Amino acid sequence: MLSKKLLSAVALTTTFACSVAQAEIKVGVVTSSTGPIALVGIPQKNSVPLLPTTIAGEKVTYINLDDSSDPSTAVKAFKKLINDEQVDAIIGPSGTASAMGVIQFAAGSGTPMLAPTGSAAVVLPMTEQKKWVFKTTQNDDLIASALVEQMQKDGIKTLGMIGTADPYGENWAKVMAGLTEKAGIKITASESFQRQDTSITGQALKVFMANPDAVLVAAPGSSSVLPQTTLKEQGYQGRMYQTHGAALDPFLKLGGKAVEGTVLAASLMLVLDEVADSKSKEIATQYVNDYKALYGHAPATFGANVYDAGLLLQNAIPVALKSAKPGTKEFRAALRDALENTSELAATQGVYNMTPADHSGFDERGRVMITVKDGQWKLLK
Amino acid sequence: MNFQIAVLLGQDGITNGAIYALLALSIILVFTVTRILLIPLGEFVTYGALTMAAFQSGRSTGVVWLLLIMIVIGCALDIRNLLKNGYDLRKVQWIILKLAYAGAMVALTQLLTLSEIPMFLQVILTMMLLVPVGPMMYRLFFQPIASAQPLVLLIVSIAVHVAMVGIGLLLFGPEGGRTQPFSDTVFRLGSVMLKSQTLWVIIVSIALIVFLFLAFERTLYGKALRATAVNRMGARLMGISPDFAGKATFALAAFIGVLSGILIAPITTLYFDSGFVISLKGFVGAIIGGLISYPLAAIGAVGVGLVEAFSMFWASDYKEVIVFTLIIPFLIWRSLTSHHVEDEE
Repeated sequence: MLSKKLLSAVALTTTFACSVAQAEIKVGVVTSSTGPIALVGIPQKNSVPLLPTTIAGEKVTYINLDDSSDPSTAVKAFKKLINDEQVDAIIGPSGTASAMGVIQFAAGSGTPMLAPTGSAAVVLPMTEQKKWVFKTTQNDDLIASALVEQMQKDGIKTLGMIGTADPYGENWAKVMAGLTEKAGIKITASESFQRQDTSITGQALKVFMANPDAVLVAAPGSSSVLPQTTLKEQGYQGRMYQTHGAALDPFLKLGGKAVEGTVLAASLMLVLDEVADSKSKEIATQYVNDYKALYGHAPATFGANVYDAGLLLQNAIPVALKSAKPGTKEFRAALRDALENTSELAATQGVYNMTPADHSGFDERGRVMITVKDGQWKLLK
Repeated sequence: MNFQIAVLLGQDGITNGAIYALLALSIILVFTVTRILLIPLGEFVTYGALTMAAFQSGRSTGVVWLLLIMIVIGCALDIRNLLKNGYDLRKVQWIILKLAYAGAMVALTQLLTLSEIPMFLQVILTMMLLVPVGPMMYRLFFQPIASAQPLVLLIVSIAVHVAMVGIGLLLFGPEGGRTQPFSDTVFRLGSVMLKSQTLWVIIVSIALIVFLFLAFERTLYGKALRATAVNRMGARLMGISPDFAGKATFALAAFIGVLSGILIAPITTLYFDSGFVISLKGFVGAIIGGLISYPLAAIGAVGVGLVEAFSMFWASDYKEVIVFTLIIPFLIWRSLTSHHVEDEE
């Protein structure tokens, strides 16, 4: 583990050394591989060596920087990439807060930015600046609408919510409030907690007292486990729903028996063996296998968001090359236009169809309903 | 709010409060003896919990390499001192002993199948791996500047904390860990449920506090540490080595920190960066005790735990705000009642 990280650090420095060479396509990558959201950033950083190295006969170099989960460091990294390295596109940053802070710099210099962040706020509502941003994850409302449909099917009338007190949890609370109202589901309790909290007995008790038919936990990564285990300990019997933030293997390991039967909507990567054959399945399988070969363990879905950004570029760069040379403002503008015209591009998590209004581009092919059975992710049937 | 909920929250508050109390005690202990505010204390908590979690999930732990590296650097510094100050048989023996210990630890972690040994042994092994990191930390970072200004010591302390968080990410990964409970038993007192892990936390905390009390009241080493806390220069004149006092308090603090981590690991998910907030709440307790009074600090820390538990029920969004605002009235009260004492050095 240690030596592998060291190796990737060495690889990183060599990337820096190589980036002096000219007349090639340069892509900056900004991930949060240290700090609070390292959980998201590390698989993303690890996916960089798997990105396409030649596109349409041109060599592509990736310049990887860490923003240590800090928005101001992300801004510094962006400025360095834009001014010093004059990159043609930037993949990143990992966190929503960082992403919101750098949009103006990407837009100001006319550099397309592919954000592997969860929150839809980076592309919605569409503005003049956000024209330069493309998001390689499913929008929260796409996942949420699938969950709400499932809840209706399960006959849920009242819902309790426990979410993290960060952009992820807050956006979910907002999205769910709108969707449940339309679906006739009443939210009877809505509580928040901090990722590092050692105890959330109080919040869980409050939700438990409202006694809703089901509880939705909206928290990224391992922090989604504690609300659920606490509720189970207190004897809550209702159904449990989770968001795609929980869709990581540590969730199963940390939750154990308490997360059995949980329902969530997430990308098909978790249940590759079970989903029907499709182009996406093929690509995702290849990505997972390549990643395993390199690191010895399967990637978290966050990594696939960076991998998809590579696929989007692979699709758009040949078009942009027809109108301008890499390293110029015209090329970056052409690249942005080409990205916006992406249609029916199959990638690891679904199929992208970008439009001027929708810079995330997923439809319902980008999500599947998943449940936990015998300590494994299983397709919900 | 009915009786049952109050009991559940109270139980939760006392469990966390007991941990904060232990941490508050070690913060005061380290501060009075060495004038260092031990910011990295929380990292011992997370390292302890995450090492146990790594043992149980059968992953290899890099912690032993951290220990090995720290001991080797420490010994190298000792040898340089020996070369400068002349040969001393006892010191040479110590160096050999320390290196042998590190070697033994490496052998143990490599040879044993860690996920299969009994939990009690896992706890012992976690302790053996992490407690020596405390005195080595003092040896490497604080001993060379032991007589510096408290502010300098604080800055170094923060630097060590930041480094330890980064190393924690490298050693344990970002996922966070949780361990098996010591036992699954649940006690019932009437309609109220008591988790056995909660009892474990409370019993061990009380036992530890009693043990510390006895150690400081009755043993020669305890009295030597107390003497250093009361008057550093005077203790030194009486032949108490400040280096020894520093290492001993750091070892105690590391012991308490690691034990706290092991105790709470079954009830919560800890991350590589969880330690700071936990030790900060212990720090609030220590402030309530004026960084000098052990009983006041312990009571204050339990109070912090209770306030935290009830405020997360009533106003979960403002929980941290409420907990850390507690510090202000106590600071005002402290500054009004206490008179300034000149530093004796």
